[in-house]
Amino acid sequence: MKGDKIYIYLFLTPAFIITGIFLYYPFVENILQSFYKTDGFFNSTFVGLDNYIRLLNDEIAKTALFNSLELMLYVTIFQVGIALVLAIMVDSISKGSGFFRTTFFFPIVISGAAIGLLFTLIYNYRNGLLNEMLVNLGFERILWLTEQSSLYMVAIPTIWNYVGFYFVILLTAIQKIPNDFYEAAKLEGITGIQKMFRLTIPLIVSDLKTCIVLAITGTLKIFELVYIITRGGPGNSSEVLGTYMYQKAFGDTAMGYGATLAVLIVILGLTLAFITNKLLQKEEVTY
Amino acid sequence: MQSQTEKLTFWENFQETYFSKSRIGKVFIYVVLTLWSMTTIFPLAWVFLNSFKESRAIITDTFKLPTDPTMQNYINAFETVNIGKSYLNSLIISGSVVLLVLFIGGLAAFAMARMKFKLRGLLQAILIASLLIPAFATIVPVYRMMINMDLVNTYLALIIPHTAGNLPFAILVISGYMATIPKELEEASVMDGCGRFKMFTKVFLPISLPSFATVGIFVFLWSYNDLFSSLVLVSHEKVAPIVVLLSNVSSQYGTDYGLMTAAIAMTVIPVLIFYLLAQKTFQKGATSGAVKG
Repeated sequence: MKGDKIYIYLFLTPAFIITGIFLYYPFVENILQSFYKTDGFFNSTFVGLDNYIRLLNDEIAKTALFNSLELMLYVTIFQVGIALVLAIMVDSISKGSGFFRTTFFFPIVISGAAIGLLFTLIYNYRNGLLNEMLVNLGFERILWLTEQSSLYMVAIPTIWNYVGFYFVILLTAIQKIPNDFYEAAKLEGITGIQKMFRLTIPLIVSDLKTCIVLAITGTLKIFELVYIITRGGPGNSSEVLGTYMYQKAFGDTAMGYGATLAVLIVILGLTLAFITNKLLQKEEVTY
Repeated sequence: MQSQTEKLTFWENFQETYFSKSRIGKVFIYVVLTLWSMTTIFPLAWVFLNSFKESRAIITDTFKLPTDPTMQNYINAFETVNIGKSYLNSLIISGSVVLLVLFIGGLAAFAMARMKFKLRGLLQAILIASLLIPAFATIVPVYRMMINMDLVNTYLALIIPHTAGNLPFAILVISGYMATIPKELEEASVMDGCGRFKMFTKVFLPISLPSFATVGIFVFLWSYNDLFSSLVLVSHEKVAPIVVLLSNVSSQYGTDYGLMTAAIAMTVIPVLIFYLLAQKTFQKGATSGAVKG
């Protein structure tokens, strides 16, 4: 349209000024700061690769990295797995699917901080929900958050929190499959479990792929639940990259090193998303 | 695996001979689904009921209905930790973020969807790429900028970065929606003498309202629930949003069960009510926010 030029500038400028200054510039600046050592807030000295060398020798960073990767494994398998089973089940029923949709999804809308506090109450040694149930059933109390268990104990609320999200994506995908496919399969005599593996799953494979990539990259953003439930403890046993980055940059005011950890999170996210995409890249079935 | 076979036989309900078998499958499916929905309902119901008991009663009769309901925990929440103030802070911050994102993002989305210009493809690519930027990757420089501008512990310290962080998502979703609006409408409004700005407010904005609602709800949730940036930028009591308060309660009042349950209930219930009223939009919002970084 004629005379659009001025409107293009007018409409786009505010958005790109704000994102430019407060999103893209900090992103680049963060990479630069990872080459600096900061004392307090304002004194920075260029230290080259020192922060990265420090990262390689940092045992806690290694623990945090492996914990993040381990969480990623559980979270991906269980979130997407449970969501898939639930989605197929809800698709198969006629009554109550609205109710299940509502209840399965709602943990998503609750803040991680509230869920964290909720699970703190559930895990508490004295008067926690779990221990009270045990006592009522005549068992001894159990210390739920130990060095061995803490990572699982944060994995559970993380999985619980997001199952509903993948459930809705997958259910929507399943319901989009045209009915003809099932009728054709019925004529061919393909039923039951065969139908699930040969028809339903291949037809939603691209949505499953999306879910897996999202679950993997999402795990790197875990912060709230770990911060509230365990603070990374006991003894760093449940430290993840997000909480460690926060601890370094803002707890110990080592901002340069915090920036380095943030770079690690970004690189890890991009690499994993790329690898998963490649691995899952089979020819897709379309309809 | 066996059970899945049964479930699918029901799903298909194909042969009369399988009738009894499919009924078992049906029962099994409902049992599983009900169990999972219990995992989401039960913990919250437990918290909610206990929030009306004295801390001592929470300890002794944790599974009983409150025999002598008390509002004391809620009164404490207002008096000792000033939860009302945090509510207000959350509302001011997240409300402003939503308005700014919808206004600025809506205009940009309109330009991206309906106008032709050279850099469009590049800008689109930049927007998509920026969905991959997590808050961790910008927080250190943003914090320094906020210190330099003397904005730390003011509402703006969180409003600005949240707006910036959500704009790419908003522009992509809204422009995706606007791109599907038929060109005839655009032409008709030109005939009626609309300029670009009027065309936006009179034609495209009203038609695209569903996408604005979707984006608005998601952005609100994301901002309301974000603990990480809040801890860094607005941790002071007088501006701290409710998630920061929850985090402080967990570390400072970890033994006051009554207060904790009341605080959780108060954080969750408004969102929950809102969710029950507009769950379709919530589900659409969160899943279209799938790609959000």
